[in-house]
Amino acid sequence: MKEQGKHFFADKDVQVILGTLLRVGVVLSMSIVLIGGFIYLWHYGNGPVNYRVFDPLKAEYSSVLAIFRGLKSLDSTAIIQFGVLLLIFTPITRVVFSIFSFLIEKDYMYVLIGIFVLCVILFSLSNKLVG
Amino acid sequence: MSVLLFTVIVLVGAFLAGLVGSLTGLGGGVIIIPLLTLALGVDIHYAIGASIVSVIATSSGSAAAYVKEGITNIRIGMFLEIATTISAIFGAVITVYINPGYIAVIFGLILLFSAVMMVRKKVDHSDDDASGRLAVFFKLNGSYPVEGGLKKYGVHNVIGGFVMMFFAGIISGLLGIGSGALKVLAMDNIMRIPFKVSTTTSNFMMGVTAAASAVVYLHRGQIVPGIAMPVTIGVLFGATLGSKILVKTKTDKLKVIFAAVVVFLALQMIYNGLSGKL
Repeated sequence: MKEQGKHFFADKDVQVILGTLLRVGVVLSMSIVLIGGFIYLWHYGNGPVNYRVFDPLKAEYSSVLAIFRGLKSLDSTAIIQFGVLLLIFTPITRVVFSIFSFLIEKDYMYVLIGIFVLCVILFSLSNKLVG
Repeated sequence: MSVLLFTVIVLVGAFLAGLVGSLTGLGGGVIIIPLLTLALGVDIHYAIGASIVSVIATSSGSAAAYVKEGITNIRIGMFLEIATTISAIFGAVITVYINPGYIAVIFGLILLFSAVMMVRKKVDHSDDDASGRLAVFFKLNGSYPVEGGLKKYGVHNVIGGFVMMFFAGIISGLLGIGSGALKVLAMDNIMRIPFKVSTTTSNFMMGVTAAASAVVYLHRGQIVPGIAMPVTIGVLFGATLGSKILVKTKTDKLKVIFAAVVVFLALQMIYNGLSGKL
């Protein structure tokens, strides 16, 4: 029982750190989205909106590479999209952290499960799923 | 409509969606998608893309708060994520091959289901019978602190929960929502995990699952900066305020009122979906 209690507190510490890390990720990515948003409204605020029909070809920043290219030219929508990308990566870091904590605990079955989950997500990043 | 006006309307709507979503435990996505599609005429595929981003923001943002009140069972989360990540990606891939009208109908049905789950009284089915063979093999049984020690709990029907989570993942990927109601069904009712553990664990999974399908949406061009920006910011601020109020207020009445609104939205989505207006 004593040992289990100790174990639990170690877990809790890791989770507090992780929770804080996630919050930092959210605040950081949201700040970037906000900054991009202000520039976007400044430039295009008076233009018309047209989102009536979904057209995949209209999307300018639909890959990680394209977003980074757009960032170089400081395009406002690319900045927003970069913030969104950071946000998407925030929970993925949580998986990576969990894998490490399982590794420290020497729970190799869960190291494998964690790596599998990570691979599934990375596979979706490979851009092969969208025709 | 100008970009500025559109942004302001969506920002306010998303703020309210996040606020009510967190007060009722429904989540912001299920409200923002009807708002975008029914009220503003946005294509449902764009609405889905924006909503999934807001799911990631709220789930990650509230993780720190959740750690204080409950205890995540990372093993349960990681184990079930095998099901939810695969199925979420699958859902996100097939969503464009389905007639938008049908998606609206499925969305309406999930809304109806969520409304029922919201007003239903939650019963904690957990016990400490830790004899399930799969639960032992995958080390899912755990304990959490109560006054004067640790309370143990056993996880039941692992296969049933896994299958339900697979379904929850497909719905999440297909509709761009966290599908919290389905996850509650899987964890509280089927696997009989105690509330203290299931809420935080479900929150842990929601962000990871949403991230998996968000990547697919991004590649397909469904995440548009002009919509994602006000939706995410609005929902996040609304949800943050909601979680602060939540501690001080009783939400029983609010839930009933809100369930009626959700049923109305659900019928609208189903009607518009069937009549081909979406």
